[in-house]
This record gives sequence, C-alpha cells and structure tokens, in this order.
Amino acid sequence: MKTYTYTDKKDTRSGFGAGLTELGRNNPNVVALCADLVGSLKMNQFIDENPERFFQIGIAEANMMGIAAGLTIGGKIPFTGTFANFSTGRVYDQIRQSIAYSGKNVKICASHAGLTLGEDGATHQILEDIGLMKMLPGMVVINPCDYNQTKAATIAIADYIGPVYLRFGRPSVPVFTPENQVFEIGKAIQLTEGTDVTIVATGHLVWEALEASKVLEAKDISAEVINIHTIKPLDKTAILKSVAKTGCVVTAEEHNYHGGLGESVARVLALNTPAPQEFVATDDTFGESGTPTQLMKKYGIDSATIVQKVQKVIARK
Amino acid sequence: MSSTELNALVTQVRRDILRMVHKVNSGHPGGSLGCTEFLVALYSKVMNHKTEFDMNGRNEDLFFLSNGHISPVIYSVLARSGYFPVEELNTFRLLDSRLQGHPTTHEGLPGIRIASGSLGQGMSVAIGAAHSKKLNKDQSIVYSLHGDGELQEGQNWEAILYAAAKKVDNLIATIDLNGKQIDGPTDDVLYMGDLKAKFEAFDWSVIEIDAGNDIEAILEGMTAAKEASGKGKPVCVLLKTMMGNGVDFMMHTHAWHGKAPNDEQLAIALGQNPETLGDY
Repeated sequence: MKTYTYTDKKDTRSGFGAGLTELGRNNPNVVALCADLVGSLKMNQFIDENPERFFQIGIAEANMMGIAAGLTIGGKIPFTGTFANFSTGRVYDQIRQSIAYSGKNVKICASHAGLTLGEDGATHQILEDIGLMKMLPGMVVINPCDYNQTKAATIAIADYIGPVYLRFGRPSVPVFTPENQVFEIGKAIQLTEGTDVTIVATGHLVWEALEASKVLEAKDISAEVINIHTIKPLDKTAILKSVAKTGCVVTAEEHNYHGGLGESVARVLALNTPAPQEFVATDDTFGESGTPTQLMKKYGIDSATIVQKVQKVIARK
Repeated sequence: MSSTELNALVTQVRRDILRMVHKVNSGHPGGSLGCTEFLVALYSKVMNHKTEFDMNGRNEDLFFLSNGHISPVIYSVLARSGYFPVEELNTFRLLDSRLQGHPTTHEGLPGIRIASGSLGQGMSVAIGAAHSKKLNKDQSIVYSLHGDGELQEGQNWEAILYAAAKKVDNLIATIDLNGKQIDGPTDDVLYMGDLKAKFEAFDWSVIEIDAGNDIEAILEGMTAAKEASGKGKPVCVLLKTMMGNGVDFMMHTHAWHGKAPNDEQLAIALGQNPETLGDY
C-alpha cells in the first residue's frame, strides 16, 4: 500500500490565503471581500498587494453577499471571506436569491468549518454548511484536505464560472498532497489502492482516513482511500468503480451525517449498485468547546472511529 | 421624449400592468401603478442606457429593482423600452415564461441583472455594481428602487451604513414612499419615523420628490439627484407616491398591494386609462 507522510503541518486557511495572493497577481478581475476577519482568513497579503481590489465590509455578512453579487456585474470575480457559519447559515437567503438563483460568479470562501475550530464552541462550529450549500441548485461545494490542496482549489475556482462554496478550517494539519498540483473540480483522487473497503473522505478527514488505512493494513484489511474534495458535483464514476471492487464503503467528514457527503454517496450507491455503507460524521448534534483532537475523538470523526466503522461495514458484506 | 409622450407611455404602461395581473389573477398592481411615472421617467429620460442588453452593463447606467414584487411595471417599461417584444407581456406568471412572478436572471430576460423578491437585498447588490463601475473606471450611475416597508429589513441598514462610509457616490437609491405595506399603513405595521433624518444621519445626500407621480417633478428631482452624485456621498431619493395611482378605486388603500382586478374592475380601470401606444 502506498503510504503518505508529511514533514509540515499547516492550516488550510493559509492555503486559501496563498491561493488568493497568487490570484491577485495573475488575475486582475479577482476581488476580495471580508467581514472583519482578514487575519483569520489570511487575506492580508492580497490586501497589501491589491488594496483597491479589497472591500472591508465590516460585521455585516448579508451586505457582503449582496455586494459580491453586484461586483460580478461588470466582470469582477469576488471571493468572500468569513467563518463558515457566517458564510452560510447566517446569509442563506442572500446566497440563495442574489447569488445562486441569480447565477452570479461569486466564490464563497469559508474558514473555521466544523468542530476543529475548537475552543470557541458550538456557536461557531457549523456542522450543517455542506448540506445547506449542496442543496442550492448550481452551487459547487468543495472541501479540500490540506494546505496545498486548498491553495490549488482557491486558484482553480477563479477559472470556473458560477457560484462556488469553498470550505476549509482553522487548525494546522499534515500537508501531504503535492505542491503546485492541478486542482480539477469534481475529480476525486484515489490515494491508496485496496480491495476490502472503500473509504471516501473529505476535508480534514482525508488524513484521518490515511491514518486509519495504516492501522487496517496491520489487521490485514486492505482499504482504498479516496479523497473527495468536491462534494458537488460528486465524482460518481470514481466511487462506483471503487465500490464495485471492494463491495462496501465508509464515508468520513467533519459534518452532520444529515446533509453531508455520506448522504450524497448513499444516493449514488442506491441509484446504481447498493452496497453496505457506514458513516463517520457527527450524529445530529451541536459541538462544544475543546481542542480539535479532543472534539474529533468525542464526536467520532477521527481515525479510530474510521477503523471501527470499516470493521463494521466489512462484517455487513 | 416630450412630456406629452411620456404621459402617453405612462398610461400605456398602466394598461399593461392591469391587463397582466388580470389575466393570471395574481401579481401586485398597487405598487406597480405607484411607480409607473418614476420608471417611465427613469428609462425614457434619466438613465443613459443601452437597449441591447449586456449583463455586465459597462459604460451605461444600471437599474436594480429591490422590491421585486412590482414586476409588472418593470416588465412593461423594459418591453416598451425595447428590451424584449411587448407581446411577451402576455406570458406574465405563466408556465415556461421569462416573466416570472418576481424578476429573475434565471430565465435570461433582457434588462434584469439580479433576482429580487425576497426583500432587502437590492441595495447591497447596487453597491457592488457601483464598486465594479469604479474599478472599471466607468463614470456611469447605478440606480435602485426600494419599497418603504422594505426598509424594515435589516440588510438595508447594513448597506446604508456601508455606502456612506465607503463613499459610494455613484449610487442613487430611490425609496418608494407610498406609506403602505401588506398588513396596512407602514406607520401602523412598524413606524419608521423620519426617513429623511435617518438617511441624513447615515451621511447620505437626500433629495425629496413630493409629487412622485408627476413626470415633471420626477425629472426635476432626478436631475438634482444626478447633480448630488459624484460628491463623496451616496444619494437617496425619497419619492412620495400614491399606491394604485391612475385607477381611482385602487388609490388611498393598501387593498391592491397584491390583488388583481376582476373583469368588471378591469374594464373600469382601463376606461380611466385609454389606449395610447397600442396594447400588446
């Protein structure tokens, strides 16, 4: 089995900041907006280099989404930046009407998604945003797994015409995907080859899935890990091809199982080749204060839980 | 276009509005009739706009309708301004039509640049478009229209605060002050006090048009609004209108906010507004 190592840990939000900086240098139409969180979103370098193309909106996310929609008229490509909670639930109707239904080329960039935001607690730990965004017709939903992939995704979405939700996080996590990779929206990446189970993971859970696959290998269980960075549109071909071989699947995400990646995968299987599936996701609950590691353990979204769910799903074959 | 010609167009647009909502027994005639003179003046005299539609609208003035429920009047004015065939007004609110109940870009109707209907979002969009114009070194103006009841939506006040702070002075936002909303007079539903004082307190330039259904008064007020633009402050026009204007039984009441006339009422209303430019 191919093994993955890392030499560096970085936050995915810094990948966003680096991608935005590169876009600022190469694409004059890219503009950025932020609702009083430029430090958290790592937007400072873009702002320093392109002050005329940055709009500080203040703590007014609804206004930010509307202004972003308006900026597209005239050819700008707006990237909005705030926490995932304030990027989605707080402004759902503004996104729905002024961006999604209006077909505007806005990139909604959302940091601090999920439990790994940590100590701030449940008010800020949105676990429903993937569901909210994937339900909007025409919305692309992307949840990259590490710094390099987040940077690549940020750069790639500027070339895609249409609304995109880009979700990333706060903590430092292993950087294991290649530098300067090309990011293809909607194209899954197979990380390991396996025969006993398919693990379909997104975001921070991709590294957890790789960790789990090492533990499983020691137990003579061969896991095929797929990095699903794009939840919508979902790479059905990659999922079906893998499950045809392994006969079962575990999905893993930092999100409520209601509305998450797991449900999207289940639909693909149900419509094509039904197979046993287990879900690594939060169980219809809010989060709480704690460190990211503590929270991932308590809420069952870590490598240990993936190992358990793999054993369970194999037993159901 | 002369005043006589403008008034003839106003009468025809009123007929269009009444016939559109009557045919499908739905839609919002009251606010549409109240803003007819304003939108006719805007598209015929005030705005420098192209009739060949381009979503990006570079080097032309733009208009955003935030109170999307008065779609009949914008559809009629757009059609009569050459954006699409007037015959298409016949499809208002019907299945497969580009003339949805509330305006949308989704069906590709020329002249519409944003969906509206869920209230309170248009001013933010207009600010974004105004920013885009400045980035593109485009001297044109962005116009928007909002209901007075719509100002109860909080997003407007985010936008009002922002536009002044960021000196968005290529924006002229007009408030349709008809004093009415679905549940009754705005003063009864949620009293908003002195809107002129509020906008001025937020550091906007305010132009008042007291006779908001009089073409000459509108043209005079909008000329003043244009003169006030480009001076470091956003411009607000407080346009006092009569909901249901031009149809006697639809005036002085909020009853026709979202109700269509029946056959008999339509005949009376059209009798008060004889055909001028030809019905669609």
